[in-house]
Amino acid sequence: MKNNLMHDIFSHLSWGARIGLLSILIFAFAAIFAPWVSPFTQDEIVGDVWEPISAHSWLGTDQLGRDILSRLIHGARNTFFIAGAATLLSFFMGTFLGFLAAVSGGRTDQALSRSNDLLMAIPTLIFALVVLSVLPASMAVLIVVMGVLDSTRVFRLSRAVAVDIVVMDYVEAARLRGENTLWIIFREILPNALSPLFAEFGLRFAFAVLFLSTLSFLGLGIQPPDADWGSMVKENKDGIVFGIPAALIPAGAIAILTISINLVVDSILSRTSSLKGGR
Amino acid sequence: MSATQVIKETGSEIQSESQHLVGEQAMSSTAYLEVKDLKIQASINMPGKAKKFITLVDNISFTLGRGKVLGLIGESGAGKSTIGLASMAYGRGGCEITGGQMLVEGTDILQLSDKEVRSFRGARIGYVAQSAAAAFNPAHRIGEQVIESALAHKLMTRPQATAYADELFGKLGLPDPENFGRRYPHQVSGGQLQRAMTVMALCAKPDLIVFDEPTTALDVTTQIEVLATIKHAIEETGVAALYITHDLAVVAQVADDIMVLRGGSMVEYGTTDQIINKPQQQYTQNLVSVRSIEKDEKPDPVGEPILKVTNIDAAYDGVNKILKDVTLHLHPGQTLSIVGESGSGKSTLARVITGLLPPMGGATVFAGTTLSADLKSRTKEQLRQLQMIYQMADVAMNPRHTIGQIIGRPIEFYFGVKGAEKRRQVVELLDQIELGEEYFDRYPAELSGGQKQRVCIARALAAKPSLIICDEVTSALDPLVADGILQLLMDLQNKHDIAYLFITHDLATVKAISDSIAVMYQGELVRFGKKSTVLSPPFDDYTDMLLSSVPEMQLGWLERILATRKMHAADN
Repeated sequence: MKNNLMHDIFSHLSWGARIGLLSILIFAFAAIFAPWVSPFTQDEIVGDVWEPISAHSWLGTDQLGRDILSRLIHGARNTFFIAGAATLLSFFMGTFLGFLAAVSGGRTDQALSRSNDLLMAIPTLIFALVVLSVLPASMAVLIVVMGVLDSTRVFRLSRAVAVDIVVMDYVEAARLRGENTLWIIFREILPNALSPLFAEFGLRFAFAVLFLSTLSFLGLGIQPPDADWGSMVKENKDGIVFGIPAALIPAGAIAILTISINLVVDSILSRTSSLKGGR
Repeated sequence: MSATQVIKETGSEIQSESQHLVGEQAMSSTAYLEVKDLKIQASINMPGKAKKFITLVDNISFTLGRGKVLGLIGESGAGKSTIGLASMAYGRGGCEITGGQMLVEGTDILQLSDKEVRSFRGARIGYVAQSAAAAFNPAHRIGEQVIESALAHKLMTRPQATAYADELFGKLGLPDPENFGRRYPHQVSGGQLQRAMTVMALCAKPDLIVFDEPTTALDVTTQIEVLATIKHAIEETGVAALYITHDLAVVAQVADDIMVLRGGSMVEYGTTDQIINKPQQQYTQNLVSVRSIEKDEKPDPVGEPILKVTNIDAAYDGVNKILKDVTLHLHPGQTLSIVGESGSGKSTLARVITGLLPPMGGATVFAGTTLSADLKSRTKEQLRQLQMIYQMADVAMNPRHTIGQIIGRPIEFYFGVKGAEKRRQVVELLDQIELGEEYFDRYPAELSGGQKQRVCIARALAAKPSLIICDEVTSALDPLVADGILQLLMDLQNKHDIAYLFITHDLATVKAISDSIAVMYQGELVRFGKKSTVLSPPFDDYTDMLLSSVPEMQLGWLERILATRKMHAADN
C-alpha cells in the first residue's frame, strides 16, 4: 500500500520535479556519506589560497587553501541536519499548537494566539542573535532556537487552515460521536491540512537553510572549522572583489537546494490537491 | 369593481392580445433561437498527462419562438446549465462548444468574434442565476447593478434606464418601486432579490432570458411569488425564455415546451401538456410519478416517548431568541417531521437536542433521562443513542478517510470492536445500504451524491442508535435519488425500530414519511400532532399557506392557486 503510493506519487511528478528530486537525493547522499565521498577532510589544507578549478581540487580551494568540494560535502551534512531538524521541530510545535487553538477556540485560542503574536513581534534575527550569544554555542541550542522562532509562522498558517476545517460537518459529527481533541486534531483535521502544510514545509526548510547561513555568516551559527554553506560564503566573500568565484559555489548550492525542494513540493501539491474535496 | 379597474383590465387584455399577435407573427416567420446538434466538451488537464476531452452535452436541438418558454429539466449533471450558458455562446470553466449551431434570428452566434459576442450578451440575452445573493455585488446598490448592462451596451441613457428599472420593480411587485433600487442587496429578502435579478435581466430589453434554477434556493411560500412574477414578466414583455430547473412541477407552471435531459443527451422533447400527462419515455414517466412512497400513520404509541423537548428557548447571541417555547415529543420507532421555511429554527432545534447549542431554558428528556444541555457532559452511551445525518453528505464525511474507516469508526469507538470483526460488521452495513463490499476502500470523492448520503446513513446506523436526527437529508439530492434514500430510511426504521426526527422544508417528503408533524414558523411551534390531524382542516393561516404553496404537477395550478388567494384577500 505504502510502496504503491510512493510509486503513484513518483509517476505523477513533472520533469522539473524529477530533476529536483534527483538533486536533493544527490545532496542527501553526499551529506550522509560525507567522510567517504569527499576527496579530502574539511579542514585539510590541500593547496594555495583560492586556487582555480583543477583536476586536483574539482571546485578550487578557499581562502585558506582548503578543498571547496570537500567542504561543500561536509557542509551539506551540517546544513541539512540543522535546517531539517529545526524545520521539523517548528512543524511539530506549530501545527499542534495551531490545531489546538483552532479546535479549542475561546480562551485557549486567545492565549496561544496572543503569545504567538508576542513572539512574532520581536524581529527574528535580532531575537536569535540575543539568545544565541547568551546560550552556549552548541548544535542543539541552534536547532531549538531556530525551530521555536520558525514555529510562530507555522502556527499562524496551521491555525488559519484548521479554523476552516473545524466548521465542517465531519468535525461536528466527530464531536457528536464524543471523540476527544487529539482524535479531532490528528484524524480529522491533519489529513485535510496536509497539502498546505507540506507546501509550507518545503518553503520553511528553504528559509531555514537561508537563516542558518545568515547566522553562520554573522558568526553565531556553525563554528569554524566546521563547514556550512553560509559560513563558506562568508569566508570567501572577500575573493569576489578580486574576481574569484569561490563564494559563488556554496551560494549556488544553497540556490539549487531551495529550488529543487520547491519543484518537488509544487509537483506533489498539484497531485494531492486535485483530489476532489481535498485542499 | 371600480371604473379604473375596468379600464386597467380591458387595457391589459388588449395588450396581451397584441402580444399574442406579435408572438404568432414571430412564430410564423422564424423561430428566435434555433439550436442544432449542439455538442459541448470539457477538457481535463492532469499534470503529466495528455489533455483529455469529456463530452458533456451531445446532439441537442431545439427551437424557441418569441414569447415562448422552453423548460430544460433533468437531474444534476444532465447538462441543463451548460446548455443554458451555451445559448449565450459561453462555456464555463474549461467547457468548449465543439459542435453544432446556435442560430439567433438566423445568425450563428458561435461564429461571432469575442467582441461581437460580448455586445450580444447582456443586450439581447439576459441571465437569471440560481443564487441571486451570490450574483449581486454586496457593495453596490441594487439599482446601479440592475441598469448596468443597459448602460454598458449604450442601449439607454441613465435616466431612461433608471425609469425603466423602477417601472419593472413595480410590475414585478417589489415594495416601494421608486426607492427599491437605492437599497443594498442585504437589505432585501431572498425572494425580492431574485425578482430584482429578473429585473436586471429584463432591463436591457433582451429578446431571450435564461433562467437557471431561479426558485430552487427559495422557500415554497416565496417560490410561488417569484414564479408568478417571472411568468407575468414573460407575458408582459414577450421575451423568449429558457427555464432550467430540476423540478418538473415548477416548470409545468411556466413552460410551453419541455425538454427532458439526462447525462447530456435529450430524453424527450414535447409540449408541457404532453410531457406531464402523456410521457413517452420510461425516464420521464419516473420523473412524473416520483414520490411513490406512501406510508400509513403508525398506530397510537403506548408508553413513554423516546424524546421529549419541553419549553425550549434558544439563542445564538443570548438575546435574540431563535426558538421560543418549543415543546414536542417523539415515540420510539416513529417519525416526527419538523417542517418550516428557512429561518424558522428547525436546524437550531436539532443543535439544541444534540447538545451543540445549550438552550437558554427548557429541558430535553431522552429515553427517560434528562440530557445535560452541554455536549461535553453527556455520557458516551447517550451520544451513541442519538445520531445525526446531515444535509450535505459531501462535507459530513472526512474526504481523506475511506468508506470503511468512516463506517467502522463508530463501531470501534462505541463497541470496541476491531480488526476482522469490525470489517465484517462494516460490510454488513454496506449491504444494508445497498452498496457492496467493493466500496470498503473507496474515498467519498469517488461516490455519487446518493451513495454518499447512504454511507452517512450507515455511519449513523453503525452506532445502533434509537433516534436519528435527519437534517434536510434529501434536499441536496435529485428527486429519484432522494426517493431511494427515503425508501431506505423507511426500511431501516421497520427493521431496527429507530425513531427519526426529520427536519425538512419539503412538504411532499413530510406527507410521505411522517407519523407526526411539527410546523414551525419564526422559532415558534405553529402546529404539532399526528400526521392526519396536522394535514387536515381546519388549518391555521400559516399551515394553509405552506401546504397550498407546494407546486403540483398540473397545468394551470399556479393560476388557480393565485386566484384562490386573491379571492381570500378580497374576502378579508
